[in-house]
Amino acid sequence: MALELIGKKVGMTQWFDGEGRSVPATVVLVEPAVVVQVKAPEGDGYAALQLGAGAVEERKVTKPVLGHFRRAGVSPRRHLFEVRVGDPGAFSVGQEFGVDVFAPGERVDVTGVSKGRGFQGTIKRWGFSSRPKSHGHKWIRRPGTAGPTGFRKVIKGKKYPGHYGADRITVQNLEVLKVDVERRLLVLRGSVPGPRTGLLRIRKRDA
Amino acid sequence: MTGMDDLIHALEAEYKREIPEFRPGDIIRFYERVSEGARERLQPFEGVVLKISGSGTRTMVTVRKVAAGVGVERTVPVYSPKLERIEVVKRHGIRKGRPYWLRRVARIHKIG
Repeated sequence: MALELIGKKVGMTQWFDGEGRSVPATVVLVEPAVVVQVKAPEGDGYAALQLGAGAVEERKVTKPVLGHFRRAGVSPRRHLFEVRVGDPGAFSVGQEFGVDVFAPGERVDVTGVSKGRGFQGTIKRWGFSSRPKSHGHKWIRRPGTAGPTGFRKVIKGKKYPGHYGADRITVQNLEVLKVDVERRLLVLRGSVPGPRTGLLRIRKRDA
Repeated sequence: MTGMDDLIHALEAEYKREIPEFRPGDIIRFYERVSEGARERLQPFEGVVLKISGSGTRTMVTVRKVAAGVGVERTVPVYSPKLERIEVVKRHGIRKGRPYWLRRVARIHKIG
């Protein structure tokens, strides 16, 4: 089951793995999720769970959405998201999932929005090389040619300066180093996209 | 958001343990767990502290000794579970935080 939960990036630290080696680690605060709606192929056309996570004041939820939570009989949550499942019959509305769905040693995929970097040149955005700063050079960080001579147009998708960052990025196959059920914390090996406090989706990897 | 570092520190507290206080210039000895096949033994390493970097459970220490005429420097995490214990052999009143000049001192045990 490829269950997905929502979490928040807390920050990075170092961790000691089983062999005592120090490895880079990211701490994620996982919000417990509750099943708000079970979508079945009959009626909905596909099988999925609609999950709600995160605390929110009731007055901040719009009336239609509040009604949706009322019907499920759960208190309103800040985030609503869907997770595709194989067998929707195995789940029921009101069922809760916490950090304990993850176990140390397991692998997860983490999706988030990377840090926004604004308008950037080709060197930072696409990894172009810069040219020498001296020895008669005039253009150091410019993008270079747009294409062959006589071609009369620029190929679509040409790598140019522009907005960089704030993209949806998924990092796959991160090892779970520790699960702290009490504090709802997850320690993952490696880095995850986005700034601290950034919203993340943590997906269990199928074995 | 406030308190996020506290969350990390709370997790790191798991690695916290009693470590004797030492400063750059002191002579320390640490015992490292070395596994040889199925057997595990403790390997001591004694030398002068050249550098202490980092803070909390992420502190690293650089220790230098001269083994068989060759200078050997090792940098290890102080709170690594691989280190069985750390002992302070001799304390020196060194004023510098990074006493790299000790690399040129032949008889380190005589300084201070």
